[in-house]
Formats: sequence, structure tokens, C-alpha cells
Amino acid sequence: MSETIIYTMIALSAIGILAAVILYFVAQKFKVYEDPRIDEVETALPGANCGGCGFAGCRAFAEACVKENDLADLFCPVGGNDCMADVAAVLGLEAVKQDPRVAVLRCNGSCDHRPKTNQYDGALSCAAAAALYSGDTGCQYGCLSHGDCAVSCDFDALHMNPETGLPEVVDDKCVACGACVEACPKSLFELRKRGPKDRKIYVACRNEDKGGVAKKSCEVACIGCSKCFKVCPFDAIVMNNNLAFIDSDKCKLCRKCVVECPTNAIIELGFPPRKIKTDLPPKPAVKKEAPAKPEVQASEETKTDNSDQK
Amino acid sequence: MLKTFKLGGVHPAENKLSASKAIEKLALPKSVFIPVAQHIGAPAQALVKKGDQVKVGQLIAKSGGFVSANIHSSVSGTVKKVDLAMDSSGYPKQGIFIDVEGDEWEEGIDTSLTLIEKFEADSKKIIDKINAAGIVGLGGATFPTHVKLMPPQGMKAEMLLINGVECEPYLTSDHRVMLEKAPELLVGIRILMCALEVEKAYIGIENNKPDAIAHLNELTKPDQSIQVVPLKVKYPQGGEKQLIKAVTGREVPSGALPIAVGAVVNNVGTALAVYEAVQKNKPLVERVVTITGKSVANPSNFLVRVGTPIQELINAAGGLPEDAGKIISGGPMMGKAVANTDIPVTKGTSGILIMQDKEAKREKVKTCIRCTRCVTVCPMGLEPYYLMTVSEKQIWEKAEEHHIMDCIECGSCSYTCPADRPLLDYIRLGKAKVGNIIRSRKQ
Repeated sequence: MSETIIYTMIALSAIGILAAVILYFVAQKFKVYEDPRIDEVETALPGANCGGCGFAGCRAFAEACVKENDLADLFCPVGGNDCMADVAAVLGLEAVKQDPRVAVLRCNGSCDHRPKTNQYDGALSCAAAAALYSGDTGCQYGCLSHGDCAVSCDFDALHMNPETGLPEVVDDKCVACGACVEACPKSLFELRKRGPKDRKIYVACRNEDKGGVAKKSCEVACIGCSKCFKVCPFDAIVMNNNLAFIDSDKCKLCRKCVVECPTNAIIELGFPPRKIKTDLPPKPAVKKEAPAKPEVQASEETKTDNSDQK
Repeated sequence: MLKTFKLGGVHPAENKLSASKAIEKLALPKSVFIPVAQHIGAPAQALVKKGDQVKVGQLIAKSGGFVSANIHSSVSGTVKKVDLAMDSSGYPKQGIFIDVEGDEWEEGIDTSLTLIEKFEADSKKIIDKINAAGIVGLGGATFPTHVKLMPPQGMKAEMLLINGVECEPYLTSDHRVMLEKAPELLVGIRILMCALEVEKAYIGIENNKPDAIAHLNELTKPDQSIQVVPLKVKYPQGGEKQLIKAVTGREVPSGALPIAVGAVVNNVGTALAVYEAVQKNKPLVERVVTITGKSVANPSNFLVRVGTPIQELINAAGGLPEDAGKIISGGPMMGKAVANTDIPVTKGTSGILIMQDKEAKREKVKTCIRCTRCVTVCPMGLEPYYLMTVSEKQIWEKAEEHHIMDCIECGSCSYTCPADRPLLDYIRLGKAKVGNIIRSRKQ
């Protein structure tokens, strides 16, 4: 009996040792060299695997960082500048700083602002609805309210508000990965520069219809009146296809356009409440007027030329 | 035993409410909106502008390419504007608005009812005439007919199949055409046979239209080249590939056109339009449209000018019923719900169906119970439950691998699903995406 156990043990040990030797040599023979820096870069990344960088997950991004040897076109929106600085330190390269961004919804057509013209009864997906028709309101550019964006968000930063029927972005959680931009069939999301103290001004509308048509379908539609365009001192507003767009790189958050907009299509976020009109606002205007006047006129002329061409 | 296709299929309640109603001419509307894209392919280019006077049958938009079709004015009057408006696609599309004044036809168009049987047997001339008349497939797919009649190099048509199946529930426009316009229809079929240079034509008709089968059998008795084929009632037998399988037993390979098995399929409405174009010089400006529904006071078949708002049809059929829940352009299986009643009748509108509120409502979506009913009924042999899942999860390569592009969008899967899952909604979405991917890959 004991002999059997001893023989078995010897035989198994011999097989084990033999297998270990074979495996050792095979592993040496077929070893794939992997740059140890890839692992280091990956550790520096947030590990969200969201695909916001344009690669299939953090590992793929780390591989790309090591391979490219240049970080100019590579950026992790989740980790931001700090994370990229770490990556740069690992690789001994220089990271390009980018302004932190946040997703904003360019539609304010809530149930109150945008009356329904028909009922949608199909699959509850924006993509499926958009493939079928223009939407259950008069506006063919607006939010379809089925929440494809909220489903696409990996960071719990987008929620549908059942009262307005619109998604809401939680600024603190949004990492600007761009998943919602991809998910929205109406292209309503835009990654805008996070202003100082998260202050933002943007046109919450994408309606390209003529003013009357747009206004009829939605109370807060941009009607393309160009008033904001004319009042903007920084040339930050572009008019295109009856629609105003505020360039977040040029906008200095002066809020002049917000007051000017006749349909309240321009939204300001993160600002303290406005003071009731005192003599404070006119003052800088008076001050600026004298030197700025010819400049403003000139820019206005060019603006009208542009708009004529369009 | 009656012929039919083998794979899948369903049998929804037929509800052919307007089958016994003769075709009536609908009164001219006050104004029409004629979209420039009423066919598959490139949209036509508008030739008229605001203020122009037009006559019935005048060319108002020129074909925008080989796969495209001319558009003719369906009324006489003044062009109000060329602008965007909603059509049955659910999106604003460019079209021509015309205010109707009188009913003056373009010169050279024969509007009499006399039957002209003799035609010049010249394939090229016939195809040119069909092309000029802007004829497209009137079964609903609106594929330009002249393209179908010109098979690609190296392929030869062996037979012409005429689709008189009308397998969609409720619709009866083709049925009425076969009963009332049979002599003209047969001349149209002979013209098509001549254009394709084929010796044999089959008219496939489902067995729920015994009067049409008997009538056409009677008329085709002296002519051995045209044969009426009665078919077992089964949806979607009107699908091109299903009809070919049912009548000839041949199977069109995946991704191929019917011409690959030597068949060309045309609808009875198309054959009638071909007769009118070739023998009477009449372009495609009007078509037979069924207006129907369980609550509709007077379900009817109307001869309607293209561009007429569907509201006019609803009025003529006794107004919108109080319990109307959904208005569908086309039949209940493949038709599309419309968002308002201003949308126009186009070349592809075979019917307007007004569904009751209670029958139109979709049930709550439940989880898939893996019963595989959708697989059993799919006439293309696909796996609808799987295609829906991968489309929902946006795994397009899997969708392509499982032949999503072969789906004919007949809706049998959604119809039969006991869990009320929106199978076709997602498959259609996936099909559009995969189609785009394939197209961009080719470029």
C-alpha cells in the first residue's frame, strides 16, 4: 500500500519537474517583449475605459502613447491635464495642456416650451425614433426625449428629467468623454470649454428653420435674428443657417447676448443672480463707447457683409 | 395544392373592407404638394419656379440620374412655391406646391377610355417612353421601372412576374385594378414582355381574390404566354423574392437581384401605368389609393392625383372617425404612421389606413422568452431576436454577419412576437447603419 503511494508521488513529481522545464524553455522561446512603460502609463490613466480618447480603452491609449512618442494629439479627457502630466513624466515627453470641457445640451425644448404635435409609440430609443421621423413636436432638430444619451453615459453624469423631458448634465461628474455626443442622433450635445467657476453661455438650440417657423414650433428657439451677433464685442458669435453659435474659445462671458436674445434661447449657467438694474451696467458701456466706436462699426460692416454672403 | 413560398410567413386578418367598392375619381384638391423625391434613388431636379403656369402631365422635375424618375404635374394651375414640407418620410422634403386652376391637360395626352391594343414592338422605344413618363414601382417600393427593364450586362430576363398578390391586409387598390382595368392591364403586361424580350408572363394572385383570378383567367385564355397563378394566402407573398419563390420555385441568392434567377417583377398598378404611358402618352400623375379602416364610414378606392393631401381622401371617405388612433400611409404591416394629415399622396402610396385607438396602441414591451416564433415566421430565414439585440447594443459587425441586409422589413416578426418586442424598429435601424457602413467601405 505504502509502496503505491511512494511510486505515485515520485512519478507525479517527475512529470511536474519535466513539464516545468519544458514550459520554461517554451516561455523563453516565445517571449513577446512588451515595453514596461505601457504598464506604467496605464497605471497613470484613470482606468475608466470610456473610449473618450478615441482608443478602445485605457490599455490601447497607453500603447498609443508609448508608440507615438509625441503627446500632441493624445489626450485623456477623463484624467485631464494632471493625468496627462503624469503620463508625460513617465515617458519623458511634454504634454499639451487642454482646456477642461463639459457637455452641454443645445436644446431647451421642454414640454412647456415645445408643444407636442403627435404621439410617438415606437421603440423607446432616440436612434430608432430619428430613423422613423423628425420627432413628436414641430421642431425637427430638437431633443427626442428617449434618453439614448443617459444610457450612453458611463459616469452617471446625464439624467433624464421627466418633467422637462430633457437630459440634464451633472457638471461635476461629466468628464467630456464625448459618448453622449456620439449617441445623440440629433447632434445636440457639444463639448464646451468649462468656463472659470464652471460659467457657461451657449445657444441652447439647433433649429435651422426660418425665424417664424422655428418660433411656431418652440418658444425658446433661436430665430436667427442676429441681435446677439451684433451686440457681441468679441466676435464670438457666428450666424449660420438661421442659427447663432457662440464660440466658447472666444467668448469672454460678458453676458450681453443673453439680455439681447428675444426668445431666451441663450442660456447662462453658473453665474450669480443678476443685480437689479442699477447704474452699474451702463457705466462700462459709456466708458468703452468713445474709443471702441469706430472699431465696432467696422466689425459690424464686415458682419453684415458676411451675413449677406450667407 | 396552391403554390406559396416555403419559408416563414404569417396570416394576419385580411380586413379587405373596400374590396367591393369600385374605383371612384376623387374630386380635384385646391392645391397639391408634389415632392421631388417620390422614388428610390436620386431626387428629381425641379424645373419650375414660383408663378409658373403648369398643365396636367407637364414635366416639372427632371430625373436626377439613372436610378431616378421624372415628376410631372398632376394638376393644372400656378406654382405657388418650391419649398420644404413634410412628406410620409416624416422629414421635410423639397417639393413643388401648385394651386389648382381648372383641369387642363398637356397636349398629346389621350385621356379617353378607348382601349388601344396595338403597340410598336421596339424595346428601346418602350423603355424610353416609360422613363419619360416617370413610372416607378407602384407596389410601394417605388423603384424606377425603366431601371428594372434594363438588366445589367450579361444577364437576361427569362420571365415577367406580375404582382397581383396584395398580401397587405386592408389594401384593395390592386384588386380593383385587376377587376376594372383588366384589358388595359393585359396590354401593359404585353408591352412589358416586349420591353424585356421575354416569352412568358405570370400573374401571381392570392386565392382571397377569386373574382380577379376568374376574370383574368377568362381574358388570358386565348393567350398562352400569360398565365394566371393562384397562390395560397400568406403574408408577405407580395415581396419580390417570396413571389418568385412561390411562382417559379427559384430562390434569389442573398444580396442578389431577382434578375439573377431570370425574373423581373412588376406590380399590376405599374403594368397599368405602363399601358397608359406607352399607349396614351400619359405620365404617372394619378394612382388608385385605398382609404380604409374599421371605423371609417365609407372605405373606398379612389383614383387620386399625386400630391393630393391625405386629408382630402379622409374627407371623401366620411371624415376622420372619432376613435382614430393612428393614420398609416400604406398597409398595416409595412406602412408608416404619419404625423399629420397634410402629407401628400405620392407615387408609392397604395393606401391610407385609419386604425382605431385601441387596435393601434402598442403593448408594453416585455422580455424575450426565446420562443423563436420570430425565427419561424421570418420569410428570409433570419434570426430577428438576435438582429434586434445586436442592433440595440450597436454591434454592427455581428448584424452584418447575420445578414441584416437581407431583411425585407415585412414586420412578420414584430407581428408574431408574444412579448410585443419592437423587433423591426431596431432591425430597421441596424439595417440603415450597416448599409451606411457597407457604402462607406466601398468608397
